Amino acid sequence: MSGESPRPAERAHSTSAPTAAAADDLTATAPRRRVSELLRDLRRLALFAGKRLLALLLTVLIGVYLTIVIANMGGQIDELRLAQIENTVAEEIRADPAFHDLPSERREQLLNDRMQIEIERLRLDEPFLIRSVDYLRQAMLLDLGRAEEMHSDAGSRQVAQIILERLPATLLLFGTANLLVFFVAVFVALGLSRRYGSALDRSVIALAPSSAAPAWFYGIFLILLFAFVVPLLPPGGMVAAPPPSGGWAYAASVIQHMALPIAAMFLAQIFISIYSWRTFFLIHSSEDYVEMARAKGLPDALVEQRYILRPTLSPIVTSFLLMLIGLWSGAIILEQVFNWPGLGTLLFEAIGHRDTPVIIGSVVIFAYLLAVTVFLLDFIYALLDPRVRIEGGSA
Amino acid sequence: MSPWRDGLRRLRRYPSALLGALIIVALLATAVYAVVTIPYSEAQRLWRGGDLWQELPVNAGPVWADRLFGGDAPRTLRIPTAAAPIAEEAYEGVRITEQRLTFDFTYSEFPSEINLFLGSSGSDRQPFVRATWITPQGEQIPLDARRIGANERISISQNQTLEGRLGAPPQIGLFSATSAGAGTDQQALEVQQGTYQLLLETVHFAETSELHGELIVYGQVHGWAGTDHQRRDLSVALLWGTPIALAFGLIAAVGTTVTTLIIAAAGVWFRGWVDAVIQRLTEINIILPLLPILVMIGTLYSTSIWLMLGVVVVLGIFSAGIKMYRAMLLPIREAPYITAAQAYGASDLRIILRYMVPRILPVLIPTFVTLIPTYVFLEASLAVLGLGDPILPTWGKILYDAQDQSALYHGFYYWVLSPAALLMLTGLGFALLGFALDRVFNPRLRSL
Repeated sequence: MSGESPRPAERAHSTSAPTAAAADDLTATAPRRRVSELLRDLRRLALFAGKRLLALLLTVLIGVYLTIVIANMGGQIDELRLAQIENTVAEEIRADPAFHDLPSERREQLLNDRMQIEIERLRLDEPFLIRSVDYLRQAMLLDLGRAEEMHSDAGSRQVAQIILERLPATLLLFGTANLLVFFVAVFVALGLSRRYGSALDRSVIALAPSSAAPAWFYGIFLILLFAFVVPLLPPGGMVAAPPPSGGWAYAASVIQHMALPIAAMFLAQIFISIYSWRTFFLIHSSEDYVEMARAKGLPDALVEQRYILRPTLSPIVTSFLLMLIGLWSGAIILEQVFNWPGLGTLLFEAIGHRDTPVIIGSVVIFAYLLAVTVFLLDFIYALLDPRVRIEGGSA
Repeated sequence: MSPWRDGLRRLRRYPSALLGALIIVALLATAVYAVVTIPYSEAQRLWRGGDLWQELPVNAGPVWADRLFGGDAPRTLRIPTAAAPIAEEAYEGVRITEQRLTFDFTYSEFPSEINLFLGSSGSDRQPFVRATWITPQGEQIPLDARRIGANERISISQNQTLEGRLGAPPQIGLFSATSAGAGTDQQALEVQQGTYQLLLETVHFAETSELHGELIVYGQVHGWAGTDHQRRDLSVALLWGTPIALAFGLIAAVGTTVTTLIIAAAGVWFRGWVDAVIQRLTEINIILPLLPILVMIGTLYSTSIWLMLGVVVVLGIFSAGIKMYRAMLLPIREAPYITAAQAYGASDLRIILRYMVPRILPVLIPTFVTLIPTYVFLEASLAVLGLGDPILPTWGKILYDAQDQSALYHGFYYWVLSPAALLMLTGLGFALLGFALDRVFNPRLRSL
């Protein structure tokens, strides 16, 4: 998805900054009152966090339940599982020499009996509504069941194990890329907003539409250029094969493999990010209180830090986390293109194997990741936005 | 002057907007051309492939790309037997005919493959055919001798014994100047230009028996788009990908933005529990990961592009945009003209659709235009994941096939570059227009 631009609604926050500064001045003169106020703030923050956590948990609950219903719509999963059970039971009976001499009717009978037992064991005879609650409980506890075809590199068939094994790779790649894009974009944008209208500024604006294409798209070209036309970097994977021994050599190999996917993400995101931040800072640097600070003759650096960055901090963080949310889904294809052994590649492989438990498990994990991101967003927001502290979590 | 006309007038001052509009018009024209020249069912039939494409080479590049880099790769040559004169001799019970399929080979690179398609008709007894290759110097190379049924495909370039005799794959050995002995470096072989002949000597066992067929010397280039690993002409998919991409992007963008806007307006207007429900639904929807859900639905149900479109629209209804529209609509709700409308007895629906929604429509237009390429790329993304529409040719599916066949590794750059260029063009066109629209219609940016 395209980069999240700062929302106009967030402009309202800027007005609260001077009051917060005034409150700070007051508390500085009375240390004891400061401690008690800090405690009050903490209590309110905890209350707020608790409320949000509860609300989000409820949200995840409903979201995961919806996922289960979608995944089970039309009883397709049940049919798949029935066919699977029939297969295994038939295979068991065929493989057991003790049953070889039985007449075919008896064997048929045996097959049906065993299937019935298995169906009852898996509670497939109960209505979906009852089972769905059970599935929901399992999914919420991350008890994602066993994979049908796939297994983790360590050999486990547990879906949770398979997914957990892939999570660090995804976090490494996307964490690095997002932090890079975010910090570069904010600082370049600050610089550009100061030199608004310059040739550099205008060229960045002109380049902004290039972000219409997603990162994997640039990835294809980067692979073409830097792995095939000019073979400088590996076209995919996470480490060289065989993996180099020794910590530093291993890390160097990983960094080498990360270069192209990060470059792809950087290229796809950077211009639109700079563009929206630049616009955002421009709007905020024309506020009255900034003009006032400039008129007072404060140095530029101070104006930037205290009068532009501080009041805009909460929207900046919001936008950062929203960008994270947007990129979680983009991860799938980028990883596939670069053969990066993360969650995205896992999902892609699961599609190939038609391994339903793994696919549903990934959706649940993605939902959790999104919820954690949203929670972090709320929490940091509460930390940064003085109104949440003062009003005690009624935001 | 209405704000729309005013906006359009100011839009004309942005060269990027004009460029974007130009690209979009060109894409629309291509889409219309594709739908008119190749009907929907025909596009599906063509893309299903099979024997339909047997006269095209495998993985041939576009002609213009080859010529641009100074190459002289051969095009496909088709020499039908119908065009060649027949010399006939009649004996007791049998007829012997002789046909020479003659063609000039003037390219400096070797063909990619040689196939002989032969078929007989008119008799139960199959005629016997002996094929001989005659080089420009007159050297005769026996190829094959066999009975010919109703429809036969003689793959000369996959004839292992012939390859053994020539010391090189037949499509190279038959066209090289010096006959290569065993162990000759194949890179060193040069093309012998001139007039080649394929001599077909046929023994017919009945008076009515007839032979028909065609010699195809496959080139290394084909058309303006090239072919894929199944010999399908990529121009079909590139052309038909245009209306599909535009339709997908447009319907998804319209479907999500308009419904989102109306729902946001309804929430703002009714307040109370309606608003609360909409807010909670939006929060749940933000947590639902769109792409994994699409992947799940594609895997479990169907990868039909129309189903995907439906899911995208349904999941997009309660998107994060609702929060933004809500913030914009809240002050509008208190505007005096709404109270006036209420006073004359306008219904809720009328107030929402005729009084509230149109007010923020101008702000919505740029978002809407920049959303289109997002969905175009979403479709391509799904296809690249292997969840493309099973029957329709799309740009994403070309990319998927190319990725699947390691096109970049094998050097078939055109296979990746042409759909990618079209995707990029679509993205760029809408983004350029959208950004310019944003600056014109978004009051926040107007002064900047």
